[in-house]
This record gives sequence, C-alpha cells and structure tokens, in this order.
Amino acid sequence: MKSATSAPEAAPASAPRGSLTTVSGRPIASVYTPADISSLDYERDLGDPGAFPYARGIHSGGYRDKLWTMRQFAGFGTPEETNARYKQLLAAGGTGLSVAFDLPTLMGRDPDHELSLGEVGKCGVNVTSLADMEALFDGIDLSAVTTSMTINSPAAMLLAMYLVVAEKQGVSWQTLSGTIQNDILKEFIAQKEYIYPPRPSMRLVTDVFAFCTQQVPKWNTISVSGYHIREAGATAAQELAFTLRDGIEYVQYGIDAGLRVDDFAPRISFFFNSHSDFFEEIAKYRAARRIWAHVMRDRFHAANPRSWQLRFHSQTAGVSLTAQQPYNNVVRTALQALAAVLGGTQSLHTNSLDEALALPTAETATLALRTQQVIAYETGVTALVDPLGGSYFVEKLTRDLEEEALTYFDAIDRMGGMVPAIERGYPQKEIAESAYRFQQAVEQRDRVIVGVNAFVEERQEAVGILYIDESVAQRQLARLEHVKATRDHDRVRSSLKRLQAAARAGENTMPVLLDAVRAYATIGEMCDALREVWGEYEETPVI
Amino acid sequence: MGQKIRVVIAKPGLDGHDRGARVIARALRDAGMEVIYTGLRQTPEQIVAAALQEDADVIGLSILSGAHMHICPRIMALLQEKGLNDVLVVVGGIIPDVDIPKLGEIGVRGVFLPGTPMQEIVDFIRKNVRSRVESFE
Repeated sequence: MKSATSAPEAAPASAPRGSLTTVSGRPIASVYTPADISSLDYERDLGDPGAFPYARGIHSGGYRDKLWTMRQFAGFGTPEETNARYKQLLAAGGTGLSVAFDLPTLMGRDPDHELSLGEVGKCGVNVTSLADMEALFDGIDLSAVTTSMTINSPAAMLLAMYLVVAEKQGVSWQTLSGTIQNDILKEFIAQKEYIYPPRPSMRLVTDVFAFCTQQVPKWNTISVSGYHIREAGATAAQELAFTLRDGIEYVQYGIDAGLRVDDFAPRISFFFNSHSDFFEEIAKYRAARRIWAHVMRDRFHAANPRSWQLRFHSQTAGVSLTAQQPYNNVVRTALQALAAVLGGTQSLHTNSLDEALALPTAETATLALRTQQVIAYETGVTALVDPLGGSYFVEKLTRDLEEEALTYFDAIDRMGGMVPAIERGYPQKEIAESAYRFQQAVEQRDRVIVGVNAFVEERQEAVGILYIDESVAQRQLARLEHVKATRDHDRVRSSLKRLQAAARAGENTMPVLLDAVRAYATIGEMCDALREVWGEYEETPVI
Repeated sequence: MGQKIRVVIAKPGLDGHDRGARVIARALRDAGMEVIYTGLRQTPEQIVAAALQEDADVIGLSILSGAHMHICPRIMALLQEKGLNDVLVVVGGIIPDVDIPKLGEIGVRGVFLPGTPMQEIVDFIRKNVRSRVESFE
C-alpha cells in the first residue's frame, strides 16, 4: 500500500460524507426552518444580552464596550527567556499574560528529580522556587497586568509564589487580578497531570477558594477547563457536559467546605476549546451560558447575578493542527478564533502555525496575535452582540447540545457526582471512545483533513522552529543550588512541617504555603511534604 | 498464520497526554497485534523491563514533551545492554525535523508525527518487525 504522505491522492469530488455531520458526529440537515425552533421562547430561553439566562451573552454591550482579552499562552526555557517573550507580547499589543509551565513544575518536581530528565523548560517555563517567579515577572508591574497561570495539582503553591512576588513589588492582594487554572478534575479525566488522589486534591482547590475569597477578592480562583477534555478526544457535547459538571462539583465542594455560594461563585471562570466545526462551537458557548445560569440559580440558589454569569477563556484547537503543510494551520486557527468571538468569549488564545512541531517562535506567536487583531479590527464582527442569535440552525444546535449535556448530568448525578464518576473511569472511557471513532473516520476518509488525508503533497520545506537547548536545565539546576545554599534551612524545614500539620488537621494550607514560599522552599519540597500525607494517584492503564 | 506481533506501547517522561498512545494501541490491537500499554510516566528502565518480560517485538514510544533526545538514547542503550537489539523501536509525537535523523542514528527505526494515518504505522511495523514473526500479507 502506498503511503499517504508520499503520494498525492485524489481530492474528493463532492462534499464528503463526513460533512453531513459535525466534527463531533452530529447529523446535520441541509436546511433549518421555524419548525426546528417552534418551542423557543425568546425571554425564557435566550433573553437579551446581559439578561438571564445569558444565552446571547453576559454583557449588554458586548465587544463594543470591551474587546476580549488577547491572552497568548507562553512559556519556555528559563524564567528570563519567558520574561523577554512577555515583554515582547505586551509591546505588540497583547493585553494579558498567560504562563505555560514546564512538566517538572506541573508535576511538582524539582529539576534535579530523575523524572525531570530532559523535561526542564521544554514545554513551558521552569519555576522551582520564589527566585524563579521573581525572575519571571522582573520589570512587569503586577498591578498593571492580569496574569493567567495554567497550573493544577500544585496550583496553591504557584499562586502563593505569585502573591509573594506581588507583596515584594508592594502591590496589594486586594487589587491583584488574574486567574489560576486550579482545575484538578479535568486532569483525572483528560490531561493526566495529577499528583494526589481526587479527594485530597479537591481539598487544595477549596483551600484556594476560601483563601482568595478573603484575601485576594479579584482573583479568579479556578478556570474550569473543557479545553483538555476536547483535546483528549471528547465531542463538543461531552466537552460541554463534563466541564460544566466539573463546575457543579467544585461549587458543591466549596459549599461543603463552609463557603457561601455567592461569596465564591462569581470568581469561577471557564475555559473552552474552539474547534473546527464553526456553528457547533458557537452553539456550544451559547448553551454553556444558559446551562450555567440555570444551574447556579436553580440548583445552588445563588442570588447574585454574577454567580449566574458564565465567563470563559477560549483557545483554538491544538489537536486540529497538522505537521503536514503547517501554513494551513494559520487558516484553521483564524476560523476557530472567529467562532470563539461569535460565541462571545471573554479572552482568547490563538495557536501558532508551528505547534504540531514544537513550541512557537517569536514570529509565529506574533502572527497568531495578529490573527486576533484582524478579527477584532477589520471584520466588523465586534459591532454587535450574538450576531447568530435567532438563526434556526444555531438555536436548534444550542438546544440539542444543551439537552445532550443535561443527559450526561443525570448519568453523573446517579453515580454520586463527578469524583465518583472519575474514580470508576466513566468520563475517561466516554472520551476514549470518541477519540477512537474520530480517528477511524479520518482513516476511512469520512472526515477530510486538508493536507493529511486529502490534497496531500510531498512533505514541504520545514518551518523554522524554537529549539530548547540543554543549557536551560543547567541554568535552572545552578539557580536551585544557589537558592538552597543561601536560604535559612530551619525556616524551610519548620514551614514544611507546619504544612504537613495543616494538611493532617484539615486547616487551610494557603497561609503555611505562603510561609514556605517566603522561605524559598522549592516546588518539589512542598509537593513532597503533601505526598507524604496524602499519597500519590495512579491510574490503571486501559486501552 | 504467523505468531502475533507483540507491541509494548509506552509513555515515558512526565507528560500525561495519552490520546495518541491509546488510539494507536487500539489500532494495533484491531490490526491483529498483541498490545501491552504500560500507562503513564514510565522510566526507560521500566519500559525496557516491560519489553523483556513481554517478549516484545516492537516498542512504541509516545513523546510530546520535547524530552525525546534524553529518553530515546537511554532506552536504546538499555536495549543493547539486555541483548534486545532486534526489537523494533518507533516513536510518535511532537518531534522537530532536526531530531529525526539523530533518532535514526541511535537505532530508532520509525518516527511518526501528528497526523500520521494509523494504517501507515501498522504497515511500517509489519514490514520492519524482526523476521521470527511471520508478517501478514
């Protein structure tokens, strides 16, 4: 059999079979009519933008009043290198920072741990102690930017580092604004960067809720993420269902931890994928807002409208990028970004064309930002709110996605919630099935991917890529050694002991983590202290 | 009918993105191979031990984090040490072009980037697996 990458294949002559279903496999009629939305009641089901149930948007003025935040996720190598990239993105008109950490940081390991071999600074920036966080934000005024940090298992530790940097800059925690991802459930479901078992992991999450509610009131304490669930292979409806059901679990745990719903729910934000199926994605965002509004008002009896309003970040679909014909990725990303904007996203990351090959270069990262700017300033789509509202098709899709998500809610509720559902592997299995079905559709060319299974060319000239060299690990090891040589060891030891005591006693771990960070305890030391108390999670490998 | 081709699919390093590893494991199994999936965060030592214990004909490594130039040489050296020179080693994931020939030099026979059709991987394994296993077709 000839190889698909070495011989051009005939292009499909007409629309392939796959185009009669969405990328999630949902059948699509050739035309929609008023009959498809006959039960739709404008006030009840849509509402004006800014009015319950927010299907059309959470702000009445939409992007006329405030554009989305162009927040480009970036991080690689040493804190100094990433700091330079941030300054470049801010100078190019970026309006928020978003930190990508490397795997040792995400997994709570120091650079000198055996599993960190070859991973330091590779798919994000390495942050081991406060010294690294200080270098990362050197010369960046934390009162003038909002920062999003993609960190989950050790979220509390990294938030503590950020708060101590603010403290040292003289920026009040009361005014500090940003987001910590802090979403451990989707790690068990999809991305698999977990440390502790689910229940103690949820403890850390609610510790951040409780602490920030009191001390850092403008901080978004969680970004409940569907992005990774979708990347792992979920359909649009599964992304919607599992993400919002995770959101329900977090709210319930917060309430069970003694918090009042309206004290912390307004600081919950969401993070969705923006995939290739244009209308299905727009409908997904609209359905998400409507479902969340009802959940918060009717299930949790929240009284503050801000608790009802689903705010979300979005990122174009990394999984849709191809190594073949990489310039095609610019076009894919632009269309996906447009879907997120038409769906009313609050902030957006656009992927770079080279990300199926490596981390983006400065040039491709700038082009990705320019893509957003073209949408914002040249297409006219920002002039009005929810331009597709009322479309027979989009309203029907919105309703169908909502119903499918609510069916999943029922199934998970019957299992006792998302934590028990995860423990029995339910969402993991559902996603693996969808991933395999999608791959089979691609193999059978039911689904066309341009440059991959149709319109194939001989492999093109390679694009220039960002290469992380080995000096990064050496420099980070040297800094770690310096930190360990100059800090007060007794202070580190006693703070780690107090951290373990707080974990055992069920006290909030944030105040002791802040002390440990101030003493320059490392991420590995803090995480190990809690590993001793809580143990580590291991997944049973199944295929 | 020959003996089934035995494949160990492994995720070395700290990365947890296992969609590719799981999809390819299933595809190889559906293609009639015996597949053992090691699960996440395996050290080179654990992977080679699994290959030895399972009498693997093929090791498939899924690496997306950029750590391949550390992990692969270690695995190849351990395979030499254990006398497993005829095990076919293939890598899938995010691998920069400049590293592909370097992986070839140390004995990695196939490198598959994002978007590779599963059938291409199945065919490659059947064609290149050691001869004691009768290849299909």
